[in-house]
Amino acid sequence: MADKKYDVIIIGAGVVGSMVARFLSRYKLDILLIEKDSDIGMGASSANTAIIHAGYDPKPGTLKAEMNVVGNQMFDQLAGELNFTFERRGDYVVAIGQEEFGKLESLRQQGLENGVPGMVILNGADVRRREPNINPEVSGALWATTGGICDPFGVVIAAAENAVVNGVTLMTDTAFQDFIMDGKRIVGIKTNRGDFMSRWVVNSAGMYSDMVMHKAGLRPEFKITPRKGEYYVFDKAEITINNVLFPVPSATSKGILVTTTVHGNTIIGPNALEIDDKEDRSITREGLDEIWQGAVNLVPSLSLRYSIAEFAGLRPGGNAPCANPDVKYNKDFIIEIPKEVEGLVNLGGIESPGLSSSPAIAVRVVELLKGAGENLEEKPDWNPIRKARPRFRDMLPIEQKLLIENDLSYGRVICRCENVTEGEIVAEIHAPIPARTYDAIKRRTWLGTGRCQGGFDTPRVVEILARELGVSPLEITKKGKGSEFLVRPTKDKEVE
Amino acid sequence: MLKKKYDVIVIGAGPAGLAAAIEAKKTGAQDVLVIERAQELGGILQQCIHNGFGLQTFKKDLTGPTYAQRFIDELAGLHVDTLLDAMALNVTSERHVYVTSQSSGFVELDTRALVLAMGCRERTRAQIALPGTRPAGVYTAGTAQRFVNIEGFMPGKCFVILGSGDIGMIMARRLTFEGAKVERVLEIMPFLTGLTRNYVQCLLDYDIPLQLHHTVKRIIGNDRVEAIESVQIDEHRQPMPGTEETIPCDTLLLSVGLIPENELSRKAGVALDPVTGGPFVDEEMQTSVPGIFAAGNVVHVYDLVDWVTQAGLLCGRNAAQYAITARKHDGRRVRMKAGENVRYVIPHILDKESLAESAQLLQMRVTLPIEAPVWVEVMNGEERVTRKAELYVRPGEMVNIDLPQSAYDAVQRASELSVRVVRR
Repeated sequence: MADKKYDVIIIGAGVVGSMVARFLSRYKLDILLIEKDSDIGMGASSANTAIIHAGYDPKPGTLKAEMNVVGNQMFDQLAGELNFTFERRGDYVVAIGQEEFGKLESLRQQGLENGVPGMVILNGADVRRREPNINPEVSGALWATTGGICDPFGVVIAAAENAVVNGVTLMTDTAFQDFIMDGKRIVGIKTNRGDFMSRWVVNSAGMYSDMVMHKAGLRPEFKITPRKGEYYVFDKAEITINNVLFPVPSATSKGILVTTTVHGNTIIGPNALEIDDKEDRSITREGLDEIWQGAVNLVPSLSLRYSIAEFAGLRPGGNAPCANPDVKYNKDFIIEIPKEVEGLVNLGGIESPGLSSSPAIAVRVVELLKGAGENLEEKPDWNPIRKARPRFRDMLPIEQKLLIENDLSYGRVICRCENVTEGEIVAEIHAPIPARTYDAIKRRTWLGTGRCQGGFDTPRVVEILARELGVSPLEITKKGKGSEFLVRPTKDKEVE
Repeated sequence: MLKKKYDVIVIGAGPAGLAAAIEAKKTGAQDVLVIERAQELGGILQQCIHNGFGLQTFKKDLTGPTYAQRFIDELAGLHVDTLLDAMALNVTSERHVYVTSQSSGFVELDTRALVLAMGCRERTRAQIALPGTRPAGVYTAGTAQRFVNIEGFMPGKCFVILGSGDIGMIMARRLTFEGAKVERVLEIMPFLTGLTRNYVQCLLDYDIPLQLHHTVKRIIGNDRVEAIESVQIDEHRQPMPGTEETIPCDTLLLSVGLIPENELSRKAGVALDPVTGGPFVDEEMQTSVPGIFAAGNVVHVYDLVDWVTQAGLLCGRNAAQYAITARKHDGRRVRMKAGENVRYVIPHILDKESLAESAQLLQMRVTLPIEAPVWVEVMNGEERVTRKAELYVRPGEMVNIDLPQSAYDAVQRASELSVRVVRR
């Protein structure tokens, strides 16, 4: 294996790594994208608020501000090319009471400084008219017309799939262990699945980006601190919020918001709790209580009776000072080719607004490589388009009818709440990036996310996965090895 | 071959749907169709391989599949159309039904009368906001039951069951038969929520401990459940610090309640009762939308299948009569109200003339158990219309009372009747 030499190895297939892979796939490069988990996008990319931020929040002069605003502007074209769900419906920072109203103007000024277009301050009556469920004590809102919502995992899978179709090699269950150095120059990496040689390595390891750069002897003081955010998801049949509603932000956080999603569910959250364990996505009573208090302040009519899911995500918060010494900020993104070693593109601390920034970061990586003397030559046959697969639920009856006439497996509904069909599941199992676990299918199709939370579909999906992968149902997992659903056949089955 | 228009379409082929279809046909409806999402008729009964079914209807102790088969056989002789492995996607208030299936593709059907018999679904971990990690090994009791009894696989080796609902207790015994260890059953309430007979036959007989006033504080384990932490609850339903206990296990089963499945009803514009989660129904099992009827667990969650069958028969008969005559109510109706220690009463509304034809069955659940002799009383204000003695009442066991024909005059005077359960 060590004979093969890649041009670029990308560590980590979250939204940043996948986006970098997609933008680099345009050039004549031999690229390997590795992911330690059983599927792409299982870290910060899989559990977040799903918002493409306008860019008025980050401190002016930081990389966060620059990447956010540039990234936001790229989303229309990107959604068109990669066919993920993205709706630029604007977002609101909602002021409750007169004191908060005063803060909206300074937020707008910060947005202007960052280059955010299309911001308007609305009065309370305007906001109540646009969002009738809002707290009647609303005094006004900053309306940012460029804010948007997306399917965050959809962005990851679309980018990674487009990269793979354009020649990038993806290896899941492959964990970075160390660099292979030749003096100051990085020439490859060691993983649990062997050594891989490469001229360049991109560190997009997200939560573990600190560990990766420390292995290269870089930035010993840099530390990723997981910041947990918990969420409630509501039944879309019961609660409808039309918009993205932020509270007026505090010094440390954008606060607990109430927002709609592209799937139609209202979600509330997140809180922000710094923790030690980089895998601790547990939900807590205290955390849920905290987000509930925050959310009912914006929308008092919410009812926990209609909560259908709770989840927690981790933001990989860094402690890097802003590259511009005039800007006092120490939680900025790292996007650099460090001088201490050769052959590394170092990305770190890409927390919120990381999803919004991801395409801009990918473009910056391309520029950095060019700047380092790489003669990036475009492939003549690069295809920027990634076609979407049919989503039965989103179709008109006539479209559903035609889809089923063409392939009867789309007529068999497996997930009753979200109306996901067998045809969709089978298509994902055999897609360019195959879904091999229950959660992988869930993230791609939104199956099992409704009010019965997989109670109905789980046995059926296990059966379909086993059939399509040609393995025993005993081998089917929720999210990779160690998370098998079943332990042994029953006594009757053993006799059979 | 499906027809374009039916007299009666029944959605769901569990005990309620089967009974409704059979009775609709027998009452004189020509074209009857049953739509079922599973690959065979019978609904959830097919995975209930334990006994205890049919004691009232057949005076016999049958298993779920055997009980279902009696109705499936009867249906087969009646020339009722069936559409299996099919999902009703949408229903309009004009009874236009959109259905998809692998066998017949996407079809649109019309019906003179529609019977909603979709049953119920299980409350999930999310609906009780259970804290902790999200590993494999957390299942609702019914999902585990399907894995074991239909698919033939064990979902774990060592179980804790949260909730003393009937499916949970029945699974405790079933899993024990299969050689698994059931550590204990935890119940947050101070009383059993399922049937006493299941407690005796499934837990006591197998030495499976039941801890009342206990719940799961958090789930532990990243990939697969490794343990759960239990905690005792005080009388205000607050966790008592210091009572936490870590119970190693690889699976947590949830038997924490059932919710009538009414997404289609909602699409059809049927008004739903926030207490039951099911449609408001009259004594004919007709919903707020004329021509749309509902029966079984879709209306409210029953304890015994025999009652579900009976509701299905009633509903099927009235749906057929509606299809044939399109008769309408004259509007002289009395509202049924839940009084002291009663959560709800079915039907919600009663035609005053219905008593001229026959006595009317009222069914209800109590809020709190009373382990002493009680009266179940139907009141018109301070006037007692009828009453019935019971030796005890428990939330897990439905309470029935007949409103006799002799109450006809009293009912004519009333605009609202309330039912209460009080100590004798």
